[in-house]
Amino acid sequence: MGSTDYPLDRQDAHQDVHQAIRPYVHSDKLSFSDALYVIVTTVDHKKLGLMYIVASLIFLVIAGLMASVMRLQLAFPNGHVVSPATFNRLFTMHGTTMVFLVGMPLLAGFANYLIPLMIGARDMAFPRLNAFGFWIFLFGGFLLYFSYVGGGGLQGAGSAPDVGWFAYSPLTERAFSRGLSTDYWTLGVLCSGIGSLASALNVIATVASMRCPGMTLSRMPMFVWLMLVDSWLILIALPPLSAAQIMLMLDRYLGAHFFDTQNGGSAILWQHFFWIFGHPEVYILIFPAFGILSEVIPIFSRKPIFGRPAMVAAAVAIGFISLSVWAHHMFAVGLDSASNIFFAAATMMVGVPTGIKIFNWLATMYGGKLIFRTPMLFCIAFLFQFLIAGLTGIMLGVTPFDWQLHDSYFVVAHFHFTLVGGFVFAIFAGMYYWFPKASGRMLSETLGKWHFWLMTVGFNLTFIPLHFVGMMGMPRRIYTYPYGRGWELWNFVASVGVVLQLAAVAIFVWNILQSLGRSDSERSGDDPWNAWTLEWATHSPPPEYNFEKIPVVYSSRPLWDLKHPEDPDWEFE
Amino acid sequence: MASVSSALVPPVIDPAQWKLPDRGIIGIACLIITESALFSIFVVGYIFYIGKSLNGPYPKDVLHFPVLGTIALLSSSVTIVIAERALEHGRRALFQLWWIVTILLGAFFLGSTAMEWHQLIVNEHLTISTNLFGTTFYSLVGLHASHVIVGLLFLLLVGAVTLFGFPIETQKRRVMFLSWYWHFVDVVWIIVFTVVYIVGR
Repeated sequence: MGSTDYPLDRQDAHQDVHQAIRPYVHSDKLSFSDALYVIVTTVDHKKLGLMYIVASLIFLVIAGLMASVMRLQLAFPNGHVVSPATFNRLFTMHGTTMVFLVGMPLLAGFANYLIPLMIGARDMAFPRLNAFGFWIFLFGGFLLYFSYVGGGGLQGAGSAPDVGWFAYSPLTERAFSRGLSTDYWTLGVLCSGIGSLASALNVIATVASMRCPGMTLSRMPMFVWLMLVDSWLILIALPPLSAAQIMLMLDRYLGAHFFDTQNGGSAILWQHFFWIFGHPEVYILIFPAFGILSEVIPIFSRKPIFGRPAMVAAAVAIGFISLSVWAHHMFAVGLDSASNIFFAAATMMVGVPTGIKIFNWLATMYGGKLIFRTPMLFCIAFLFQFLIAGLTGIMLGVTPFDWQLHDSYFVVAHFHFTLVGGFVFAIFAGMYYWFPKASGRMLSETLGKWHFWLMTVGFNLTFIPLHFVGMMGMPRRIYTYPYGRGWELWNFVASVGVVLQLAAVAIFVWNILQSLGRSDSERSGDDPWNAWTLEWATHSPPPEYNFEKIPVVYSSRPLWDLKHPEDPDWEFE
Repeated sequence: MASVSSALVPPVIDPAQWKLPDRGIIGIACLIITESALFSIFVVGYIFYIGKSLNGPYPKDVLHFPVLGTIALLSSSVTIVIAERALEHGRRALFQLWWIVTILLGAFFLGSTAMEWHQLIVNEHLTISTNLFGTTFYSLVGLHASHVIVGLLFLLLVGAVTLFGFPIETQKRRVMFLSWYWHFVDVVWIIVFTVVYIVGR
């Protein structure tokens, strides 16, 4: 069972690179140029994972501040904080950044860091492709933000894209989007999409070919399962967006007519292509969140996950169904009623496997010894908030209801409940849970509780009222509104909530800096949570090679087997 | 059932018997799947706009079956398999011969596409901006042709490696992945041909 039996039968060239930089990596003090050298040349999945996460957290702060400016503008009627044109750029950049430069790289980062550790491998299947994926994502991000200085708009140099994150045509055509900002949007997203495809391909190949002996598919950790299904969705759902963006560039630069209504092109085709990508995309973002919950909840309930096969089957089912619900974003364009019925029914169907997942998490907690540490608190808040998000999602899936509330703040509130109340909360849970693994240090529990409560109160304060103003008819993407519609109070409350969320994120950043920077911060040891999956079997932080000996696995909870040789899991599998 | 007294002995898993699929096969398969998704959107775009051009020239007036090019491309899928077989049996000269034939057939296809485009642009005055037919035709056929170009570049790379005497025998896997990609480009052409030259006319 020695390391020579490692399934990767080839000594790859990247191993030599690792040998070359090991002296730098293992010394405590890195000079700036050495650190830069390591960052630029590394193909190590752990470093790339952390680079993904750090880059996306920076984008998260930027896009969060954009949201704050928008809430400031909308806090009072007839606001004068920003001009209408700036407001359009703000919501476009906020949405685009959050989806393509925060959500996608965050999930790539968690997948990169955790999957090889969880399946007992020493790296991803294609380490250099992995590095390529990161750098092309970052390049895409820079390209998008370069539009602030380089995207000569109508008023001369420097304007950001202002066409909304789904960039409906024909607004994006040359005739209506003069200047270069729309091109920066298109190319930036196209580049970061290539990065996502590279990382998805890598995840699939890693899970298929790199599992340690005994790690059958049925024993794989839930997070790995979710990321596997997620990567399939990325492979299938992302190319439609790239294709549509290539068509858009052909329209803008070679005078093609794909979305040019003056020459017989269709205004609806872009919407179809975009949402064929766009709806699976929200599941692509939420699957890693599901994966994090499925790892964290069992550990802090001291119970194995309830109904593992059902959880996997539900994930696969959501993956399939999510490919056939896209037109529920388009009920208002006037599809024929057969299409409306099909897409409404398909949307309802997603509720079934999602419900299975929520019930299984609850069943995992039921009868368990619950430990209310910060990661668990974020998971519990996720359950409440994602349930609300799911219910409003089903409401919006009903065609006539959607006709009433389409493009209102009700929709904004709904998808922020999924993406902030769901995705971001799960990411916070994952950060608190795996930070000790990546750094060897604990995050402060006191600051963590402050972070959690401020975030939860702030989030709900912001987004619950937006449901109400949406129902009262406030459309999304308006830069201001007059007195007397009954929207004033709710908008003010929503903006107050933002202050709490900003404070929460500041505490989170402070917590991380404290833990990393202070010499007396609490050390975690290798396995602070008394966990059961393989990533906790190695040191914290893991060495370059992850495992001294490639482990052999006999059940879905290999560390439980090690810690309880008298009562191992494999006896019951 | 669980015994509480003593440690149990786990079932034996022999790591030597632990076989998983080759990562390269998975990688190239994923690439082909994601490329298929990309192509299918362009094909849908083409089908969606059939017959919706506001002005001529129309497909039935200007398009001719690219018979020779199609034959060349489809044959190249056969010759690349013959080349692979030769490599399998260690017959280097035979491999080189069939590899060069494959490159020539691919290049012939590309040339015939270039001739067709030249004829359409110069004689029929059909460009990508003329009408919806031009838009969808050039983008779909052009997307395929760009994949042929990429394939040809890699074929040339392998050809250069073997002609300059580097050992190709150690690269059988990579040659296989390249031939998978080449077959994929072929299959896509069958679909493009059907949609553009049969359904679209």
